[in-house]
Amino acid sequence: MSSLLEAKGLYGGYGGADILQGTHLRVESDEIVVIVGPNGAGKSTAMKAVFGLLRIREGEVRYRGEAITNAKPEQMVRHGIAYVPQEKNVFPSLTVRENLEMGAYLMKGDLSQRLDKVYTLFPKLAERRRQQAGLMSGGERQMVAMGRALMIDPQLLMLDEPTAGLSPLLIDETFERIKEINAQGIGVLMVEQNAKQALAIASRGYVLATGSNRHEDTGPNLLADPEVAEMFLGG
Amino acid sequence: MTDILQLLIYGLVLGSVLTMGAIGVSMIFGILRFAHFAHGDFMTLGAYLGLSFISAFGLSSWWALPAAMVGMGVIAVFIDQVLYRRIRRTQPVILLIASFGMALILRSLVQLIWGSDNQTYASGIQFPWQLDWLGGMRLKPDHLWIMLISLALVAGVHLFLTRTRLGKAMRAMSDNMDLALVSGIPAERVIMVTWVIGGALAAAAGVFLGIDTRLHPVMGWTTLLPVFAAAILGGIGRPYGAIAGGMIIGVSMEMSTLLIPAAYKPAVAFAIMVGMLILRPQGIFKGTV
Repeated sequence: MSSLLEAKGLYGGYGGADILQGTHLRVESDEIVVIVGPNGAGKSTAMKAVFGLLRIREGEVRYRGEAITNAKPEQMVRHGIAYVPQEKNVFPSLTVRENLEMGAYLMKGDLSQRLDKVYTLFPKLAERRRQQAGLMSGGERQMVAMGRALMIDPQLLMLDEPTAGLSPLLIDETFERIKEINAQGIGVLMVEQNAKQALAIASRGYVLATGSNRHEDTGPNLLADPEVAEMFLGG
Repeated sequence: MTDILQLLIYGLVLGSVLTMGAIGVSMIFGILRFAHFAHGDFMTLGAYLGLSFISAFGLSSWWALPAAMVGMGVIAVFIDQVLYRRIRRTQPVILLIASFGMALILRSLVQLIWGSDNQTYASGIQFPWQLDWLGGMRLKPDHLWIMLISLALVAGVHLFLTRTRLGKAMRAMSDNMDLALVSGIPAERVIMVTWVIGGALAAAAGVFLGIDTRLHPVMGWTTLLPVFAAAILGGIGRPYGAIAGGMIIGVSMEMSTLLIPAAYKPAVAFAIMVGMLILRPQGIFKGTV
């Protein structure tokens, strides 16, 4: 049985020198996998590379055993992989509902079931469905962004710093939602700055530094590791 | 008072023409991020396509409209595929200059095929209705049609943008290109539809101009400045702004003739554009620049 997602020996970057230096990642369907590490470690770059947003020069990405290295984002979506960028992750002039519809652009048939599913997870979005996304608060926009990604009924959800810029209360709330999403059988791969909280809900974590893997362990073990704690978690 | 009402009508007619051009300019900017300088010559070519169609089949003037719109929709996509698509990934300024080149090519082509003399859709003068209940104001049937058809086209664009999947995708791409890509929105398909609509509306503007006055090879080029002014005034990249911008520029240009000689009409558009760029560069409605 092959992994949901497996990336091996990734080298690549934005055209200049390689930022990724042999990064590897693995996600199973029942896992929440967190990538932590210092600024500039290549965490977001690794996510983008996996999703086909920048060119992988060397290495391989497999999804359920099938090679998807450097596939286009459109094909990723068709495979059932959804990606939420860190910033600018909503369509500001579109309403909440239109944002969600755009998430399911490639999906055929009636959207109402998909919409209901997202509205059940984020009841606030149902209330605000006619509001322009650009006029919402940061926390609400993050819900719209995640909701948009969930519209394809993904197998794998990739989140780039889903709690960036949110208040502590909203951070807790966001992690709760992520756990609920994962409980539905959706594998989650996320990059997080709030490393402690993220590792606390993580099945496994990767510590990335200068584009390569430094540590890999279960969430609790990484949290308990004094070296990791000193390096990345602020003691 | 009648003078002002009369000028208001002329302004709304001109505004209709400008709006048809400005919606396309605004949409193309929103999706492809460059000022499309060949848009004026799209108007010209559209007008002449309509002329050839009605003279080939011996039809009346207004038949030029559907023929021109269909023809220009197709030609716009063709030009995009042959020229703009190849340089899509370069800097916007290269696209802008390429579109300037395309403008010259189209204008020369029009001169080559149809000659540089003035031409008309129909000879003779159309007698206006005298509206006694509006202080004896005069209204030409053609002017009424231009305003009504523009209204219908604007309504059509609105329905397309708000009710159809492709229209919403167009707004989404204009909002946030990167997110549109990761959502799986097929960019090239949306771009193609943008050109169809932009080209068809430019052709409508050209036919309106031709029906209102006459056809000549620089008719579109000389209209490009007020079209850009309208798009900028409305907030470039915002099709709804383009409607407001078109009407404001059109009415201002015609009203200005109360105070200054009519030859300065384009200068009025230019002044509004420059003033707007200094005071509120994002446009009335917040644009994407």
